[in-house]
Amino acid sequence: MSVPLEAYLALSALLFVLGTTGVLVRRNALVVFMSIELMLNAVNLTFVAFARQRLAIEGQLAVFFVVVVAAVEVVVGLAILIAIFRTRDTVDIDDVDLLRG
Amino acid sequence: MTPPAVDLRLLVPELVVTATAVAVMLAGLFLPAGRQHLLRWLAAVGTLAALGTTLTAGADPTPAFAGMYVRDALTRVIQATALLAVLLAQWLSGEYVERTGLEAGEYYALMLVAALGAMLMAASSDLIMLFLGLETLSIPLYVLAAFARTDLRSQEAGLKYFLLGAFGTAFFLYGIALLFGATGSTGYRALAEHARTPAVIFQAGLALLTIGLAFKAAVVPFHFWAPDVYEGAPLPATAYMSVIAKVGAFAAFLRVYVVALAAQAGEWSTLLAAISVLTMIVGNVAALRQTSIKRLLAYSSIAHAGFILTGVVAGTPSGASAVAFYLLAYTFMTLGAFAVVLMLHRRGEEADQIADLTGVAWRAPALGGAMALFMVSLAGLPPTAGFLAKFYVFTAALDAGQIGVVVTGVLTSVVSAYYYLRVAYTMFTGQPHEDVGFAGGRWVTAALVTASAGVVVLGIFPGRVISFVQQVGQAMR
Repeated sequence: MSVPLEAYLALSALLFVLGTTGVLVRRNALVVFMSIELMLNAVNLTFVAFARQRLAIEGQLAVFFVVVVAAVEVVVGLAILIAIFRTRDTVDIDDVDLLRG
Repeated sequence: MTPPAVDLRLLVPELVVTATAVAVMLAGLFLPAGRQHLLRWLAAVGTLAALGTTLTAGADPTPAFAGMYVRDALTRVIQATALLAVLLAQWLSGEYVERTGLEAGEYYALMLVAALGAMLMAASSDLIMLFLGLETLSIPLYVLAAFARTDLRSQEAGLKYFLLGAFGTAFFLYGIALLFGATGSTGYRALAEHARTPAVIFQAGLALLTIGLAFKAAVVPFHFWAPDVYEGAPLPATAYMSVIAKVGAFAAFLRVYVVALAAQAGEWSTLLAAISVLTMIVGNVAALRQTSIKRLLAYSSIAHAGFILTGVVAGTPSGASAVAFYLLAYTFMTLGAFAVVLMLHRRGEEADQIADLTGVAWRAPALGGAMALFMVSLAGLPPTAGFLAKFYVFTAALDAGQIGVVVTGVLTSVVSAYYYLRVAYTMFTGQPHEDVGFAGGRWVTAALVTASAGVVVLGIFPGRVISFVQQVGQAMR
């Protein structure tokens, strides 16, 4: 028995929507960041599912690039978060609100 | 299986930029504090060398790296614009970086890497390449926004830019994944082939890709991060990101829409036209009530994204040439306006309020004249670069039958004249503040003079520049 492509696509769409919701409703910058990672992994699942269906290697290749770029984003994002935590003792994005207009 | 041919000679401009970035960063570690100013020379020489190799590289379409990369006229023109932007931005950062004690080596290296990202986006012929270029552009900009890392406002700008940028990237990637599913390939050629009979999944993928690019270009309704980020980031970093992010994002718009999907212009141009109209209205109206010059220029950059988008909406070769010309004009006038603000300080801080400019022109007539020139150009009045840039994109859109877009563009340009000319007016009236002093030096002056010359030359003697950017359109015919 094999799982049909539609099931993978539905799961990855669900994960993507969950991630988007997390970014929009959560207030802790770390959790927002984790939600973005969830969105990226939903994308990876889509890539792999399509690569399997079409037997095209490019889809699996794309996943490697996504993983590498996500790792780079983690480095930069955590560095910014640490800089903020050092001066304010919080990473809640509602408290980081000097810039308004 | 034979390995794909790798011709590194095509990549010489990118390699020079990369080598310069690495050299600047390493030299920054080893140079003693008193000699850090040498880094500026190193960065400037490397950038000029890259500019030279870009301009002398061939313009015949040459694909490379298994069809991921292409060097053609569009590559050459956009890469030259990106390198010009990074060169001017380095110059106008010169004294600021020294005065505020930022780590010069890392600062210049990050600028160069961001330019590299924009260059790769311009040369992409595959969605994966486009994605890598986009991230090479974006990630250094997140760091530059947060570069004054003990400053609360800079930290906040970095965090907001990072979170929303990564959010936009996720949409962009999901779009690529769906397009890959619909076409079975990530190349632009496959995109063009499948666009004739688009499946739902293809259209959904294209829509998500457009959302991702709209985030990066700060196009309405995905613009809300830009004013906060521009206000909080260090002034020269704001100047640079307002230009280089636009260059990269619009290179991508041209590559995806005008080159790859040219045959389906009728289907996507309505969507882009709607976005463009919204962007012009929101950007220009919101700019009216700003009191901070950084926020004003942020909304101005949103408004100009709308104007540039009208050239993409046209979807024609002449529209693409007009976009390339607009990006060049935008680089000169925006960086010039920022250079004027960088010439001033308020008690050692950035003089970033419009009120700080009061009466400055009477103490420094040349500075006042330069600001007036940039503001006239940003408003799109003759005889400046901004006028011709708008003229070309609007003409291209008119020829493509987009009358509604052009009417909105002209009307919102009239609105924009109010807030731009108010800045110039403020400089020539009232008593100067005692707190406001001059902080200029040789480097920022060089940037200011170059930008002024660019605005005037593009406005009055545009012949050579126009034949340069018209290569873009000719290559598409």
